[in-house]
Amino acid sequence: MTAIDRPQAAPSSAPGGLVKSVVELDRVVIRLAGDSGDGMQLTGNRFTSETASFGNDLKTLPNFPAEIRAPTGTLPGVSSFQLQFADHDVMTPGDAPDVLVAMNPAALKANLAELPGGGLLILDSDEFTPRNLAKVGYATNPLEDGSLEGWQTVSVPLTSMTLDALADSGLGKKEAERSKNMFTLGLLSWMYHRPTEGTVRFLERQFRRKPEIAAANIAAFRAGYNYGETTEAFAVSYEIKPAPMKPGRYRNISGNQALALGLVAAGQRSGLPVFLGAYPITPASDILHELSRHKAFGVRTFQAEDEIAGIGAALGASFGGALGVTTTSGPGVALKAETIGLAVMTELPLVIVDVQRGGPSTGLPTKTEQSDLLQAMFGRNGEAPVPVIAPRSPGDCFDAAVEAARIALAYRTPVMLLSDGYLANGAEPWAIPDTGSLPDLAPAVGFATEPNGEDGEFLPYLRDPETLARAWAIPGTAGMQHRIGGLEKADRTGNISYDPANHDFMTRTRQAKIDGIAATIPPTDVDDPDGDARVAVIGWGSTYGPIGAAARRIRGSGRKVAQIHLRHINPFPADLGEVLARYDRVICPEMNLGQLALLLRAKYLVDVQSHTQVRGLPFRAAELAAVIQDAIDTVTPAAANGAVQ
Amino acid sequence: MTTVELGMPDAPTPIDAAIARSLEQHGPKLTELKGKDLKTDQEVRWCPGCGDYVILNAVQSFLPSLGIAREDMVIVSGIGCSSRFPYYMNTYGMHSIHGRAPAIATGLAAARPDLSVWVVTGDGDALSIGGNHLIHALRRNVNMTILLFNNRIYGLTKGQYSPTSEVGKVTKSTPMGSLDHPFNPVSLAIGADATFVGRAMDSDRKGLTEVLRQAAEHKGTSLVEIYQNCNIFNDGAFELLKDPATGPMWTIPLQHGEPLVFGPDGASCVVRDDFGGLRVAETNQVDASEIVVHDATRQDPSYAFALSRLSTQDLRYTPMGVFRKIEKPSYEAMMAEQLHEARLQGPGDLDALLAGGDTWEVTA
Repeated sequence: MTAIDRPQAAPSSAPGGLVKSVVELDRVVIRLAGDSGDGMQLTGNRFTSETASFGNDLKTLPNFPAEIRAPTGTLPGVSSFQLQFADHDVMTPGDAPDVLVAMNPAALKANLAELPGGGLLILDSDEFTPRNLAKVGYATNPLEDGSLEGWQTVSVPLTSMTLDALADSGLGKKEAERSKNMFTLGLLSWMYHRPTEGTVRFLERQFRRKPEIAAANIAAFRAGYNYGETTEAFAVSYEIKPAPMKPGRYRNISGNQALALGLVAAGQRSGLPVFLGAYPITPASDILHELSRHKAFGVRTFQAEDEIAGIGAALGASFGGALGVTTTSGPGVALKAETIGLAVMTELPLVIVDVQRGGPSTGLPTKTEQSDLLQAMFGRNGEAPVPVIAPRSPGDCFDAAVEAARIALAYRTPVMLLSDGYLANGAEPWAIPDTGSLPDLAPAVGFATEPNGEDGEFLPYLRDPETLARAWAIPGTAGMQHRIGGLEKADRTGNISYDPANHDFMTRTRQAKIDGIAATIPPTDVDDPDGDARVAVIGWGSTYGPIGAAARRIRGSGRKVAQIHLRHINPFPADLGEVLARYDRVICPEMNLGQLALLLRAKYLVDVQSHTQVRGLPFRAAELAAVIQDAIDTVTPAAANGAVQ
Repeated sequence: MTTVELGMPDAPTPIDAAIARSLEQHGPKLTELKGKDLKTDQEVRWCPGCGDYVILNAVQSFLPSLGIAREDMVIVSGIGCSSRFPYYMNTYGMHSIHGRAPAIATGLAAARPDLSVWVVTGDGDALSIGGNHLIHALRRNVNMTILLFNNRIYGLTKGQYSPTSEVGKVTKSTPMGSLDHPFNPVSLAIGADATFVGRAMDSDRKGLTEVLRQAAEHKGTSLVEIYQNCNIFNDGAFELLKDPATGPMWTIPLQHGEPLVFGPDGASCVVRDDFGGLRVAETNQVDASEIVVHDATRQDPSYAFALSRLSTQDLRYTPMGVFRKIEKPSYEAMMAEQLHEARLQGPGDLDALLAGGDTWEVTA
């Protein structure tokens, strides 16, 4: 076995006198691949939940086509789910799978190239029919032509065994066949010693109105598990011990889920009702779905007629004193740009969530990318500064949402929260926070209720001297009536003003207000264990995991590298320029063509080395490690840098 | 002042608290206003002679009769000449961006059902760039009143044809005449299943006030089309209806429960045609029983729609008044009801929410 390393065989016996060994591993990467209709995402999510509740650390990478149901058995219809789980903390879903489960020839063809030689390949032999092979252009059957000899191939009749298991279920063939994903999940659950109760409970819950379907799925799941235990095809099962984690209560959470919960928490901690105005868009819609379930928290969700109405309604709600939020992806941000400008001018709090996907235009709706950073920064007419923040992992989407709300409320400004498809759909174990420890956002609200002018009048554009936030009075407050709008405002009064000096002053003031946020954000987050690295890698958003994993490899080789990761991109932490100046070389990996690098170069005159990819997938740690190593060895010749050669 | 139903646990919210604090300072809500209470210190900047002045005056003198405090009224506008309106009203207001006022007002009205929300818009703002928001606001029936000032021209951009301009209109952008067929805003609104649709003339203070009163009292989205003269770029657009000599001939006044008889000496009337629509007839040529009696409360919109189709694009046979006024639950009320229902299961518990789903404990 080459792919699954460090085996320590320990024999165990299974029913029937079969001797099976248990091999202990420190980590495994599994990829499940099948047709869009095969339920691979569900299977992956269930395996993830079992794995999380077992106590392994994990990261997942769902990867599916934009088409809901591409023609069955074709390459465009292949959907996959990869997860890495380990007995230690993991930062990525893994560069390449150790185990590939391919439910049909298309899934094999689309994924085999990424399975390293010697890796374990599990195939549903029933699906390798001449018709299915022809669909994807296999001239001969790979199960028979010897082309899979480089891998440990186990070909199992998953479909017919599922049908056998459900022979007495009363279900028709077509319906019974659909349970083959649960048979497969059962087999994997046996192979990796996963707990099974959670899946049984899940199936009972999921199909509570169709008990016969629940029973069939549970039967298939158990049949798969028992098959593993009794078959000679699998002689080995694997054990991955729980990972040490900080004490506390944990749950498994996806980025979109965490972000939605963060918004609910922000509402609770500010006391304001949350109002979400949104238009459905991949990959952000799950936030709308999640928030629509939390009406008991006073959360109002409004599915608008379009992206513009989504943000318009959110801004209208903010004007009324709600915490206005809109959620979208890049194409939606383009449509919302004018309203974001209005929020800049009217200086009202608003959270804009952009779950980035591949662009431009419709681009790659289901794939990840970080190419909306410059749109978030500059994609508006006029000088329209907007704070930009980004979460680094699925669970971190929760904290990032709370932080976005803090800035929006305290500074009366729209805030861009840049998530991406990888964070949105990926999952990880999340330490459930103590709600009492979350930031108290109530002081940031501070509705004005008394006139603030010398002559007893209300001046809506009179500012807090520290934050430069303007006074926020809401409709319903007597004596505070005022009008705001998109035309330039006179300082203090907020009346329409075309005065040249006033426009210059207000433009600079709006910029100064956003720049001033830097005073309330923590110093730059630098991970440099020895404190003397000469090369730094700087990233933002979801590249945190791959960069961190690469940094570990580098450090494992005896070299030194600093990892700098930004939560706040506008404004940058106040000390960032000084931090960057410490290093001989700064590398900036991004899933775009160098957008953060452009900002860093412009602001700090640092010769940032941009390393980019836009493949719709997260970086591979090995590839990043090679880039970093190259930089380190250039700056300091290998002989002198202490590296283990 | 009604309590703001925000569905939040452990009331009062900062919104309630702010309103309560302001009431402590100002005493009880001032609901007996005079027209001048609604004026602001801002200089009104429409062209001299603009129909908007007349509408502003009518609105300022009529609003106090609703008994709503100034601070509980919000006027949201888009872009265009009419959209300057909020600056001249001593209420809360937002002069927003082109076409989006109905969307912004929807969020405000849904988040704050305690407010009286008004939208002021024009034919370009509401029907061109903002057409989508208008029809969706109307079908949702959010509680707000939309005043659509229709002057059949783009005024603020200095005279291009608008979506209500007649075919063949010669303007700066259409030197050989426009090719577009105009919208009839009332037909459009009824097509979107609006629950209240009315039309009035800027210079007809009495008629305008009557339609505004019914619109304001209506629970749900009300659309009032106001014919408004732009004396700079489209002067005399409604002269056919305004001129005492021709107006009565071509105007069909709508009075709920009254037969649709109009013209000098009631010479004309409205009867049903053979295809379920309506047509104009000479009163002395038909039996009195054939004359349609106006009923604005018909649930089926086809009658109101047929009424709106009587007028031609040169404004002959223009019905004025309330076309349609039906009862339907309003959006924000149903939204508040859902929040209330959700809270019957118990108010939101953040700790329980965060710890939802399968969890596990890691001990030291």
